[in-house]
Order: sequence, then structure tokens, then C-alpha cells
Amino acid sequence: MRKDLGFRIGTGIFGLVIVLIVVAIGYELVRQSWLSITKFGFAFWRTDNWDPVSGDFGALPFLWGTLYSSILALLISTPVALGIAIFISELCPAHLRAPLVFLTELLAAIPSIVYGLWGIFVLVPVVRAFQIGLPDSVRELPFFSGPPLGIGMLAAALILAIMVIPFTSSVAREVLKSVPVAQREGAYALGATRFEAISAAVYYARTGIVGAIMLGFGRALGETMAVTMVIGNTPQVSLSLFAPQHTMAAVIANQFREAADELYLHALIEIGLVLFVVTLIVNALSRLLIWSMKPHRVMARQRRRADVAAEGAPA
Amino acid sequence: MRATLWRKSISWLFVTFCGLSVLFALVPLAFILFFVVARGVQALNWQFFVNTPKPVGELGGGMAHAIVGTLILIGLGALFAIPVGILAGVYMSEYQGSRSASTIRFAADTLNGVPSIVIGIFVYGIAVLPFQQFSALAGGLALGIMMIPIIARTTEELLLLVPSTMREGALALGATRAHAVFTVVLPAAAPGIITGVVLALARIAGETAPLLFTSLGNQFFTMKLTQPIAALTVQVYAYAISPYEDWHRQAWAGALVLVMIVLICSLFARLATRRLERMARGT
Repeated sequence: MRKDLGFRIGTGIFGLVIVLIVVAIGYELVRQSWLSITKFGFAFWRTDNWDPVSGDFGALPFLWGTLYSSILALLISTPVALGIAIFISELCPAHLRAPLVFLTELLAAIPSIVYGLWGIFVLVPVVRAFQIGLPDSVRELPFFSGPPLGIGMLAAALILAIMVIPFTSSVAREVLKSVPVAQREGAYALGATRFEAISAAVYYARTGIVGAIMLGFGRALGETMAVTMVIGNTPQVSLSLFAPQHTMAAVIANQFREAADELYLHALIEIGLVLFVVTLIVNALSRLLIWSMKPHRVMARQRRRADVAAEGAPA
Repeated sequence: MRATLWRKSISWLFVTFCGLSVLFALVPLAFILFFVVARGVQALNWQFFVNTPKPVGELGGGMAHAIVGTLILIGLGALFAIPVGILAGVYMSEYQGSRSASTIRFAADTLNGVPSIVIGIFVYGIAVLPFQQFSALAGGLALGIMMIPIIARTTEELLLLVPSTMREGALALGATRAHAVFTVVLPAAAPGIITGVVLALARIAGETAPLLFTSLGNQFFTMKLTQPIAALTVQVYAYAISPYEDWHRQAWAGALVLVMIVLICSLFARLATRRLERMARGT
């Protein structure tokens, strides 16, 4: 018993290291951004004036850019990712399954710097050509206004969408796997079409699927390199898809090394702190939702329901 | 009759949409790989692997310093992350269900989700600022922190796949828990764990953001751990946003090298896991 305790402590210490790293990250970020937090308070996130020279910092444009680009990316990636998950888990022939999984996961393995490089030299010219090709009447709309630069919100959202797809689709696939086969067989037995049977399965797995989408959202919020290379790095709040904008992660990557005075550095680290807290919450929520779909949880829920039904039934 | 037709066409549309979305994801993948290979191969030559950067305007520069730098950074990270990750994974699988194991698992998943740029800030605060010096050690620490959760979770999952009868057999023969884990359970899971570690190293080799203000990057060849050091990714970034045609070429070559690393490791891992699965099935 003694020796086992030694073993438990010996390995547990390394587990503790992981916990300590997370705590230390939070502590360090707060400590290093204290000047900015106390000086600007909440106004930091409501003003859009980012002027390092005069020591005036407002992070609204970065917050806006991060949320706007991530939400746009989700709008593009979610239907595609779910389509892929459904195709792989429900529709495709068994021998295609493994290669398709491998290929979609490969999308997640490509380094973000490579996405960025591809974005600058391939995607941005395409976006530019697309914008020039739009009719003038469309280009006057607020969503499509601005000079045809190519770099800007749309390019960033497209890259982000491609990068997020593998994360959402692989979790959604796992979640769909946890839907009991009887569910689908029942639907088919009742004469449902494929679409009807699958939508029943998707409805059954809805919590987990929302979790999968949120996991992708967490990834999109924190993505740095690919975004900073194509978004144009201009702090402005604009609805236009073609306007160069900025994100929280991108401004840190760009300006951190140049931050000469302490307040500037603290302002940048405060942005990092908020990014940390937000991704933490988003990830924790998504994991909670996905976890509630795990087979043993689902089974426990069904058993409870069955018990309730049995009690309610007339004797 | 018409209702059935309607339902069938909806269903058909839906199936088509799902098939198309697979194409929608595979087309960018193909495009990215195509451009990286096509442009990278043009720029990739012997000089790329043996030379360090030449002054602007002079051709024939390479990324030897960055390739060595990436290897050093990854090595440093692994040195720190592999023991922590594997032993934490052992703890989580051995004390499965305990509150402490759940806490560690939660922390690992959280750490895995922390944006890499935030890890960069953190390491800047603890390993760069106090010494007033960007260094390879700081960069390695940042990469190591990113590897830990991946290695820990992989180890945990693979250890749980080892049949409990093996552990019980060892315990029944009078082995202590430590003895059973280190001589029976861990070796049984070792091939899978090694695969997972290789995959983690390949993924982390492609990270840029945590290195920007820890190892900083360097135009010269160095192996000093207390000095700024180059990395392939940081070099590709610097070249990609530069205005010089020759540097753009080299950025593509660097990207090709990065993608090859990831691709080869992924293929290796896929083949290895297939073999493991076959072994587990006993064929």
C-alpha cells in the first residue's frame, strides 16, 4: 500500500503540473495586464481609439474583428462540416470511410502558417477578382463596400472556415456515432426517407452537435497566423466583408514586439487575457455538451426515462 | 403519391448536399497541397537545406539555420513535455474516475484549447521578461506546454485500451501498482503512445504564434540555447510578408518542408494505428 501511495504521488505530481500551468497562465495574464485593467476599466472594450503614441487604448475593433470573422467562418463551416459528418457516418460506403476521415483530418494537420501563405498568394487575388467582378449596385451595399484590396474580412473568414471544418466535423461524427442504431432502423421501418431518418438522428444528437459547433468557434476565436496574414491588420469596426480589419490574436502577434512602454504591453496582454477567458468558457461549454452525449450518459438518460414511463403506466 | 415524390426529392437533395460538402472541404485541401508542392518544388534545392539567408538581392540563400532551429525547439519541447505528458496520462488512466483525475483531464483539455498566441504571452512573461533575453529555451518551453495536453490525453486513451486482465495478472503475481504499470501496461501501449507522440511533435512543429516572442527568430545559424533561434515557421512568416520575390519563393519551399513533415508523420501514424488495430484483433 505504501509503495502504491508513492506511485500515486509520483505520477500525480505531473498531473498537477498541467493544472498549475493553466492556473499560472491566468495569474500571469492578470498580473501583466493590471496597469491597463485598472487604468481603462471596462471602457477598454467600448472605445475604438487605438493610439499607442498618445497612450490611448480601446480594444473594440479587435473584439469586433474576432467575433465577426469567427461568426462568418461558422456560418460557412457549420453546414459543410455537418454535411461531411453525416456523409461519412451515415451515407458513404464503408471502404470510403477511413480515407475520407484521413483527408478531412489532414485539413487540421496543415500548419496555420501554410494556410496564411496560401491565403496571401492564392486566395486574396481570387477574392479581389471576385470583388471587382461584382456589379456596381451590389458594391454600394454596406456589406460589400470598399476598395478592392482582396485582403480583409472575407478572406479571413474563408480561411478560418476551412480551418475549422475538420474540428467540427470530427466531433459531430463521434456524436452521431453515439445515436443508437435502433433509432434509425425504427425510422426506416416506419417508411422514412433517408433525409427523415437522418434528421431524426441529428435531432437526437442535437446537444452534442451544438457542442461540436462551439468547439469550432473556440478554435476560430484563437486562430492567429493565417488570419493576421490576410485580414489586413487595420483596427476599424466595419460591416463590410471587403474592409481590412483586425482581430485580438492578430494585434498581439503584430504589435507585441514593438510595445515599447509598459501601458502598451499591458493593454495587449489584457486582450490576451480576454481571449484566454473567452476560449476557456467556450471550450468548457462545448465539452460539457459533447460529454452529455457520451454513450453511458445517453444510456443513463434512457433508463431514467424508461423508469418514469414504467411508473406512469397503468398497472 | 405526390407527397412521396416530394419527400424523396427532398431526401435526394439532402444526400447530394452532404456529398457536395465533402467536395467543398477536399477542394481547398487539394488546392493548398497543389500550390505548396508546385511552388515549393520550384524553389527547393540543395542550397535551401545547407545555406543560411543571403542579403537581399543575392540569390542562393537557404533555411539551414531554421531547419536546425525547429529541430532544436521541438527537441527542447519534447524533453519537457514527454515525461510530464506520459506520467500525467498514466495518472489519469490509473485513477480513472477519481476527482483528481477529472481535474487533471479538465486542465489538459483547457490547456489544449488555449490559443497558441496566449501561450506565447505567458512564456514571454515567465521566461523572457525576467532574463531580458529571447531564447531557444523559452521557445522550447512554449512548444512543450502545447505538447503536454496532447501527449497526456493520448497516453490516457491508449492505456485504457490495454485489457484490464493484463494489469490484474501482474497484480495477482504480487507486483506493486508501479511495477504493473511500468513493466506490463505501459509497454503494451507503447507503440500507440509513440505514434501519438510523433503526431504531436509534427503538429507542434508547425506552430508559429507561440514562437514570435519567445524564440523570436534569427537570420544566423546558432545552436546556443540562451540566444534567439530561427524556426522554419517564423522564417516562412517573415519571408511571406516581405516584399522580395526571392523570399516569397523560399517561403513556399519552407511551407513544402513543413507540410512534408506533417504529411509523413500522419501517414506513418495511420499505418501504425492500422497495424495496432489488426494486432488487437489478433490477425
